[in-house]
Amino acid sequence: MRTIIQGLVGGVIAFIIGAALLGIVRLAFGLSFWGGEASLVAGWLAFVIGWLLGVGVWEYWVREWFNLPVKKFEATGTSRYFTFCTDHKVVGIQYLVTFLGLFLLAGLLAMVMRAELMAPGRNYMSGATYNNVMSLHGTIMVFVGVAATVGAFGNYILPIMIGAEDMAFPRLNALSFWFVPPVAILLLASVFSNGYDTGWTGYATLASSTREGVIFYNLAFFTVGFSSILGAVNILTTVIALRAKGMYWGRLPIFVWASLGTAILSLIFTQFIALAMIMSLLDRVAGFSFFDAFAGGDPLLYQNVFWFYSHPAVYVMILPGLGIALEIISVFSRKPLFAYKWAVFGMMGVVVLSALVWAHHMFTSGMDSPLRIPFMITTELISVPTGLVFLTALGTMWGGKLILKTPMLFALAVIFNFLIGGITGIFLSDVPVDIQLQDTFFVVAHFHYTIVGGGIFALFAGIYYWYPKMTGRMYNERQGKIQFWWMFIGFNLTFIPMFWAGLNGMNRRIADYVPDLGNINFFTSMSAFFLGIGFLLFVYNMAVSLKKGEVAADNPWGGYTLEWQTSSPPPLENFDTPPEVVGDPYGYGEPDAKHVIFPAPAATD
Amino acid sequence: MRKSKHIIAVVILIIISTVVLDALFLFMFQRPAQASTQATIIDNFTNIHFAVQAFLFSLIMVLVLYSVVVFRRKPGEEEEYGAHVEGNTALEITWTILPVIAVVIFGVYAIFILNEILAPQPDEIVVEVNARQWSWSFSYPELDNKVSDELVLLVNQPVVLEMQTEDVIHNFWVTEFRVKQDLLPGSMEVLRFTPTEVGDYRVRCAEICGLQHATMRAPVRVVDQATWDAFQAEMLAQPKIGDLTAVERGELWSQQFGCLGCHSVDGAPGAGPTWLGVYGREETLADGTTITVDDVYLHDSILDPNAVIVEGFNPNIMPANFADRFAEKEAEVMQAEGLEIGIVEDLIEYIKTLQEDTNAN
Repeated sequence: MRTIIQGLVGGVIAFIIGAALLGIVRLAFGLSFWGGEASLVAGWLAFVIGWLLGVGVWEYWVREWFNLPVKKFEATGTSRYFTFCTDHKVVGIQYLVTFLGLFLLAGLLAMVMRAELMAPGRNYMSGATYNNVMSLHGTIMVFVGVAATVGAFGNYILPIMIGAEDMAFPRLNALSFWFVPPVAILLLASVFSNGYDTGWTGYATLASSTREGVIFYNLAFFTVGFSSILGAVNILTTVIALRAKGMYWGRLPIFVWASLGTAILSLIFTQFIALAMIMSLLDRVAGFSFFDAFAGGDPLLYQNVFWFYSHPAVYVMILPGLGIALEIISVFSRKPLFAYKWAVFGMMGVVVLSALVWAHHMFTSGMDSPLRIPFMITTELISVPTGLVFLTALGTMWGGKLILKTPMLFALAVIFNFLIGGITGIFLSDVPVDIQLQDTFFVVAHFHYTIVGGGIFALFAGIYYWYPKMTGRMYNERQGKIQFWWMFIGFNLTFIPMFWAGLNGMNRRIADYVPDLGNINFFTSMSAFFLGIGFLLFVYNMAVSLKKGEVAADNPWGGYTLEWQTSSPPPLENFDTPPEVVGDPYGYGEPDAKHVIFPAPAATD
Repeated sequence: MRKSKHIIAVVILIIISTVVLDALFLFMFQRPAQASTQATIIDNFTNIHFAVQAFLFSLIMVLVLYSVVVFRRKPGEEEEYGAHVEGNTALEITWTILPVIAVVIFGVYAIFILNEILAPQPDEIVVEVNARQWSWSFSYPELDNKVSDELVLLVNQPVVLEMQTEDVIHNFWVTEFRVKQDLLPGSMEVLRFTPTEVGDYRVRCAEICGLQHATMRAPVRVVDQATWDAFQAEMLAQPKIGDLTAVERGELWSQQFGCLGCHSVDGAPGAGPTWLGVYGREETLADGTTITVDDVYLHDSILDPNAVIVEGFNPNIMPANFADRFAEKEAEVMQAEGLEIGIVEDLIEYIKTLQEDTNAN
């Protein structure tokens, strides 16, 4: 707790300094000292620096530049989860718990929306409140999607999988996590500023004229981008530089490849969202006119820059999930991963193609009409590398010995849901069909199938799969299965009707609709409440098993990858003896298959 | 032998599943009436998608479920593994090339469909669509530029909408026509279609445009020739601006500039204060002070809406660009009728008439 208080104190002091500096400049120009939104922006940018210095950058890091002694990291106890800790396993848990909390929060916002949409007319809230709830739900969920899975398992599991002691830049790793809490605070604070109407996309020029909460959205997205970029640098460097002896590229577990692809995407594309946010902010608070058509700007420019990041971001959300699903399918089918190299090729193909499809979000935006055709083709071509990933899943299961435990059930649901997300995406990629479907609930259903049905179900799969490794305890299998079926049924009952609603005139982001859509929305709301309860079952299972679960074996699932070859949970630097990789990570069915050996350390003295 | 048995079973199941799912999709996802030529083309194309996607879904899910049922680990197999298969290159290459070919065929086909939807028709008529937060208006160049707040179209008459927005991005969408187009600030967007069914429909704004996005709708009527003739006559019979009194003009502007979306004239609550009885009323402002509503206050509040805010209402909701929009309209009237008017003054005159007692009469 001390860490957080120090961060807040540092942040508040810095905020005052930042806003005051701007105030002095403003006074020099004959303006008022307090500049409203402009001062908030200046204050916030300083706040982030103050917060980071306060939570530990000063104590653990910067002091050494001044030849002062730095503090030692806490290595044990629950309190280390609340400190600037460089152990990658601690950072992984910090990401996981923080984003599950945010997921719960944004999920509650979804429940609030579904309550309002339960019947036509205004039921519980004003249009302003609904728009604010809708916008916050989208924004927070996008942050969860981008960071939860790769933040949790890319940090906790990935270094162990490649036989590393920690990430390549441990302090940078802690730093990238500590960017997240102020962003959460900022988004929640937007509620006290009247909120904003724009949805998570923040389109110009509405962003310039909506309520002032939109600057909180701009700043939050801008700030969380630092976390993504630093995390990506760390994962890339770790995989390139810290692989154990014998861990050739062709022996990397598929989740490592998926995380690598994700990191490449984050590193290359995150800067574009930062740019979109900065330009939008400057338009609003500093009187620039990048996007104001009535002052020489171009409103479509925002959409281009925004989607140039935000489409690849979809793959940032889903690639790690696909990696997890494939790991689990191989282990629980007791078969090697089918066509490993083609799956890697598929994932990298997705990385490349994802840069070439952004304009498919803009087919009805007024972009040049013939230009829509190449984007339609590139978008449909993404089905080819994605298809290779599907084929790997199918080929792995075919002729295997399938074990239908909770992680496997979730992994299979990822295939099912992501497939529905994929094929409905083909409808949307096709310009003539998209002219009808764009900006309707069909789109809402489609991307929930990919990001929640694919990404979040994979997050659950991963949590169940690695729970014994991370906690040293088994979760409750029976409860896990109940929760799986509960969520799987609830999820499909919630989102299948949305396809229908979209085809029948339900446009996006509306607080109210015409009465003939009443029945379908009532049904959807009921299903959504059912789905929401499923998450509580999960929290219960996780929380109770933490203390009361059976003690887990080191390798409860019979996996070959490295994280199963060390204790549960792993020791501070992961392995008591440095591992040496001698074979591929999916040796099922091969006599005497070995992925790793632990050679006795050579005597050093 | 066993292996080929599995494959035959899977192929049969995929065929059955595709047929069943396609029928199910067409039954489940019935769409509203097809009320334009574009709707028929788009629906037929969408139906092809349903068939193709039914096949893709079946291909993958039959294999998954077949594996789950047939290759499930049975009791006593705890120590057994599947065969050590690392891949099948021929299958991978096929699995890559076939979808590429399908994408190319589908892409080329879509180009033809798209051209068919977008093609200009020789005898189309123009309707100008104007949108602003949060209302629509439709102006008919062929009917003396007369403005209507419902879109009336002649059945089977190709139409081209020339659409402009006065503030943020909006989107013109009529489900039954299946077409949709954003309106971009600073440019004119065009949308073509031919309505084919007489009936009542609705324009919905499909792009988030702020506070009252959800209810930014306008009626659409597709009518037969007789009703169309009557509509034309009615529009042309609308008096010229010059024939109206200031109060009547004020009422007209209040509709055309979308004031009534937020300000009621009957006392009903809205995003902004009601106009009923507002003139001469004492209002408490957000900063606690009070003022009496007079000409100066109304004038300033219309042109600079964020300067003072009445208690209980939010700033930054009312567009702040009315000065420009009024000037543009005033210039238009000057050009058309040689008449100098002041829209703000007209609106104030109109608001003055909205008093409790006059309403009661």
